[in-house]
Amino acid sequence: MLLETALHSAHLATGARMVPFGGWDMPVQYSGILAEVKAVRTAAGLFDVSHMGRLYLSGAQSAEFLDWVLTGSASGLRVGRARYCMICNESGGVIDDTIFYRLAEDRFLLIPNAGNREEVVAWFQRWIDQKFAGGCDLDDQTASTGLIAVQGPDSAQILDGLCQMTNGEPISAQRPFSWAEGQLQGLDIFAGRTGYTGEDGFELVVKAADAAAVWNILLDGGVTPCGLGARDVLRLEAALPLHGHEIDQNTTPIEAGLERFVRTDGEYIGADVLTDQRQHGTQRKLVGLTLLGRSAPRAGYTISVDGRETGRITSGSYSPTLDTSIAMGYVLVRHANAGQRVDIDIRGRTAQARIVPLPFYSRPGRSQQN
Amino acid sequence: MSPDDRKYTKEHEWIKVEDAQAARAVMGITDYAQDQLGDVVYFDLPKPGDPVQSQHKMGEVESVKAVSDLFSPVSGRVIEINTDLLDHPELVNEDPFEKGWILRVTMTDASEIDGLLSGEDYESFISGL
Repeated sequence: MLLETALHSAHLATGARMVPFGGWDMPVQYSGILAEVKAVRTAAGLFDVSHMGRLYLSGAQSAEFLDWVLTGSASGLRVGRARYCMICNESGGVIDDTIFYRLAEDRFLLIPNAGNREEVVAWFQRWIDQKFAGGCDLDDQTASTGLIAVQGPDSAQILDGLCQMTNGEPISAQRPFSWAEGQLQGLDIFAGRTGYTGEDGFELVVKAADAAAVWNILLDGGVTPCGLGARDVLRLEAALPLHGHEIDQNTTPIEAGLERFVRTDGEYIGADVLTDQRQHGTQRKLVGLTLLGRSAPRAGYTISVDGRETGRITSGSYSPTLDTSIAMGYVLVRHANAGQRVDIDIRGRTAQARIVPLPFYSRPGRSQQN
Repeated sequence: MSPDDRKYTKEHEWIKVEDAQAARAVMGITDYAQDQLGDVVYFDLPKPGDPVQSQHKMGEVESVKAVSDLFSPVSGRVIEINTDLLDHPELVNEDPFEKGWILRVTMTDASEIDGLLSGEDYESFISGL
C-alpha cells in the first residue's frame, strides 16, 4: 500500500505520471523531464516533496542530542539558520542525509528522506531513550504537513509577489540556508531557502490542509510543475548525493566527498571511523564522469581502467543542461583524479569516460554548493 | 490513434510496407511507446546493410530515465536509418508514426507481416496494459 501526499489528487488532476518512490505514490513527470529541467534552470519549478519527513526535536537537550546523531554541529547553528549533514551509524555509514533548521534555542526541524524516515525515527528514539531521556522529544509531523519546493532563478521574485513574511522583509531578503515564517496569500508557511536542484529556491512547510491551495496558487503564479524525474536529473547535474545511490549504510561521507559536512571536533556517532578516514584516506572515492554523446551509464554499471574493474556507477543520466552524459560512481583512489580516462560497460558496449571535478553544473555566480 | 495503414507488435513497434514489390518497409515505435519512455535522447541502431531478424533485438532507445530494447518486427536487411533522429531524437516523441520513423528494411519474408497486429488489435492490446 503506497502512501499519498496531501497533493496526490492535485497531481492526478494535473495529468502527472505517478510512480512508487520511497513507499509513496509520487509524480515522476508532468510535461516531460527535459522541459521541467529547463524550467528550473531558467525560470522556476514546483515540486511536491511531501514524501520527505518533517521531524521536530525539542527540549533542553535537543541541540546536544543532534550533536550526537549528526555529523554537523547543531549547537553551533544559529537560530534562523539551516545546515546540511549526515546521520551516520557507528561504522560511519550513512543512515540518511538531511537538512535541519534551528527554530529556537531548544527546537529544531529535521527533514529526512522518504524511504529512511521510519529508520531515522527509530534510530533517534533509541538514542534519546538511551542517552537523552527526558531531555529531548521527537515529534513526527510528516502526515499533518506538506512540503513544497519552489526552485529556479525566478523563485524569489515570484514568491515576493505572493508572500508576506512575519519579519516584514521580502522573502527574497532571506539568506541561503536560512528560514523565515510568514503567509502565502493568507496561508501559513515556513520557508527555508534550501533545495535539491543546484538552483536558488525555497522549500515551504505548510499545513497538509493548505497544501493543495498553496500548490494551486504557485501554479497560477507561473511556476512549472515538476516530477521526481526532473528532480533526479537536476540533483545529479549539481552532484548532490541521493541516498541509496551515492550514499548508504555501507558508504561513508568521506568516501562520498562530503567531508566538508563532517565536523572535525566533538563526539558523535561514527566520529572514530570518519576521523580515521579523513586522516588516512579511503580505498575508494566518489567521482564525476562525463561521456561523449547522450547514452547514459546507469546505476550498477562497471567502471574499469586498463581492462580491470575499478568501481561501479551510482547514478547516471543524459544532462540536458550540459547536453552530454554524466554519471557519478565509486573508483579506487588511485584512479580518482580529474582527467583519468576510464571505460564503462554500458550493456555490453564499452563507452569511454573521463573523470571530471564535481559539480557538473553550478549556477551562475555561485562558487560552491551550499 | 494507431494508424491502420500499418501493423504493430506487442513490443510497441510499428511497420508499414511502402513498396510491396520491392518488399520495402519502414518501421518505428508507437505513440504509446514514446509516451511510456518520456523524452527520448539517444538511439543505438544497426547500420545500413546489417541484417535484422524477426523478434530479435536490433537496437536500443534511451530516454532520460529509461532504456528499452528495439525488436525487429520482421527479418530482412537495413537499407536506411533515420539520421534526423541522431541529432533530433525528440522527433520520435513529437511524431512517432511519421517524422520519427526509425529505419527502412527490405524484408526476406513479407508474409511475416501477416502475423502482426492491426491498429485496432494493438489499441485493444495497450488498453489492457
